[in-house]
Amino acid sequence: MVEIGHFALVLAFALALVQTVVPLYGARTGNDRMMAVAGPVAVTGFALTAISFLALAAAYALSDFSVQSVWENSHSLQPLIFKITGTWGNHEGSMLLWVLILTFFGALVAAFGTNLPATLKANVLAVQGSIGAAFFLFILATSNPFIRLNPAPIEGRDLNPILQDFGLAVHPPLLYLGYVGFSICFSFSVAALIDGRIDASWARWVRPWTLVAWMFLTGGIAVGSYWAYYELGWGGFWFWDPVENASFMPWLAGTALLHSAIVMEKRSALKIWTLLLAILTFSLSLLGTFLVRSGVLTSVHAFATDPTRGVFILGILMLFIGGSLALFAWRASALTAGGLFHPISREGALVLNNLFLTTATATVLIGTLYPLLLEAVSSDKISVGAPFFNLTFGPLMVPLLVMVPFGPLLAWKRGDIVAVAQRLMAAFAAAIVASLVTAFFIDGASAFAVVGVGLAFWLVFGSLTDLAVKSGFGNVGVGALFRRFIGLPRSIFGTALAHMGLGLTVLGIVGALSFGTEKILSMHTGETVELSGHTVRFDGLFPDKGPNYSEDRARFELVGENGKTIGEIHSAKRFYPVRQMTTTESGIKTIGFSQLYISLGDEGTDGSVVVRLWWKPLVTLIWLGALVMMAGAAMSLMDRRLRVGAPSRRRAKTPAAVAASTP
Amino acid sequence: MTRKQKRLSVILAGLAFLGAATGLTFYALGQKASYFYMPGDLASAHVEPGQRIRLGGLVEKGTIQRGQGATVAFSVTDTQKSVKVTYTGILPDLFREDQGVITEGTFGPDGTFIADSVLAKHDERYMPKEVADGLKAKGVWQESKSE
Repeated sequence: MVEIGHFALVLAFALALVQTVVPLYGARTGNDRMMAVAGPVAVTGFALTAISFLALAAAYALSDFSVQSVWENSHSLQPLIFKITGTWGNHEGSMLLWVLILTFFGALVAAFGTNLPATLKANVLAVQGSIGAAFFLFILATSNPFIRLNPAPIEGRDLNPILQDFGLAVHPPLLYLGYVGFSICFSFSVAALIDGRIDASWARWVRPWTLVAWMFLTGGIAVGSYWAYYELGWGGFWFWDPVENASFMPWLAGTALLHSAIVMEKRSALKIWTLLLAILTFSLSLLGTFLVRSGVLTSVHAFATDPTRGVFILGILMLFIGGSLALFAWRASALTAGGLFHPISREGALVLNNLFLTTATATVLIGTLYPLLLEAVSSDKISVGAPFFNLTFGPLMVPLLVMVPFGPLLAWKRGDIVAVAQRLMAAFAAAIVASLVTAFFIDGASAFAVVGVGLAFWLVFGSLTDLAVKSGFGNVGVGALFRRFIGLPRSIFGTALAHMGLGLTVLGIVGALSFGTEKILSMHTGETVELSGHTVRFDGLFPDKGPNYSEDRARFELVGENGKTIGEIHSAKRFYPVRQMTTTESGIKTIGFSQLYISLGDEGTDGSVVVRLWWKPLVTLIWLGALVMMAGAAMSLMDRRLRVGAPSRRRAKTPAAVAASTP
Repeated sequence: MTRKQKRLSVILAGLAFLGAATGLTFYALGQKASYFYMPGDLASAHVEPGQRIRLGGLVEKGTIQRGQGATVAFSVTDTQKSVKVTYTGILPDLFREDQGVITEGTFGPDGTFIADSVLAKHDERYMPKEVADGLKAKGVWQESKSE
């Protein structure tokens, strides 16, 4: 089995080389048969990678400790689910997952790209193949998951306990679907540069891929953030850790790409910029892979620090980023510029969006890389954390969020800002009321809280206004309003949902940061503590045993006003004997959108235990908002216009639909 | 305005915006970045009381004192010099004697380091990189000890 997987991986590498060279040459020389090679090779490459991945997953599921990677990261007592997810809970396996997704997307282009121009398709698949080849080589040369051990050990060394968690089972696949999804946009951009032209099918293809990648990346980041929140026991949802930034940068750039691709698709303007942004977004994804995989950073993700790997990925990074940017510099002038527009227009708003988002990406990039650079040139070691990002990233976001509701309401080409402002009066009023309520009715509300709550309401009501205006609210009767609402293009719902989700996330962040309370104390059995109106009683510590750990489980009761128990919260200290590691299992009780969060510290000599409690108001909105954003992306994807092969519906029927037929 | 002027003004506005963002970024780097020190570096580093730094090293054996409630005192050492640290809160799971830690906070007036966060390794196999480098530079820690 393992050898089959290994062999399939080598074959997949060879095929990736074929996929790179033959179609590219065919496209240069106009040889149809050589170009036609790309499709079947891409599909076969995916099948081989899938075999390889399944072989490794089987080795993990069956605890085959003769495989080094399994021995290092698995244990026979682990629950089956964590044996399987352990496949990608380590460096080698996660790289294999990376190429699996890469080849999967390549195969999708090959299978569904029947209406693409032949040269474009050949070039896209060739570029995709070259990325694949580089990463296959990387895996085979430096991170081979199929290396055997002889003699085979009897027992494995266990998966890092903090990775034995459901959140971590889904976080890497989602994140990789996002990262690697942008590779398609990258391949399309490079193919366009090789071809020297961008036609209509380019934008029609790039936008849905951007949406898919962005949707998964949003999900991946949200799951990662929630995982860190409950698993690390610190109660924080975002640490501005370099590894988090590594996934956040492609997200910011991808968000910009999502918006500029709209302009390109609708108005065929901003072509060159969109192309550059697509290249940059995937470059940031590669940079993220490099930062996380090379071990230049200390974090949960740095499974091993093997300098050859770092140098290898750095090589891949330079080849693809340098190569594509050089190609861009050389060929971009050959592309024709698109339509003109007035600064106050939908296009103008989207350009501003891009300006802010790319600048924000740059500040995050500087904050992430500056310590590495500084350490390389001097020996000073610094850390750049939340205070830096609050001062740079924060101010950039405020004007951006203020502008968000204006964008979708402005007309293309030349918009009327006064009319839009009038339509947004209701949303503005809602935001002001929310701010005033925060300022006057919540004790100790900071300026940040007042502004933040206002912005969140502004975003949510702004998106509702968008839907109302486009359904003809105030102009037509109730029945017609409803019919128009139902008939709105899916992409309009997508935009509104995504912006609303953003508002919810902002509200969650502001709620958790500004109105949260916490207490640290040492508690004896039977003692109660009160936190923000919630009374919690400590019932004591109870020893317990899991399949591969033992734990001290603390039971807390949430006591209501009449002294009755309204809920239980369990928080535990787990000890994993194989790795001699202790983990904290935080106890969380969700009340409405808020959470009561309890984490355990050390036991004192007198039988007391250190307990840290947090009251986190509205905190779940952070991740629910991300879910709503994902739903928005999914909604946009369902738009008729983006369904490849759907008959085009050029002529919109109603005036409202004309104003509205934009995402 | 002609088209050329228009385009120029847009470009200038964009550059001004980027300039402002860059200025802010470097100002923030100067103000908000915190430096990393080992206990032995402190003599030559002139760290003022109240200035945020990160202090790293090993938790010195026999110095962990659990006080009332959740306050803990311990010393961080690079095996040559050591610094007293106090911290109120829950220590990381992997916090124990002779383990590498990074603490972040400020010096109090009495020379005690008041940490508001303590980071230990996520995984027992690895040392925080800064601490490992610092100890290596002092010649007291070899790669092989990490396993």
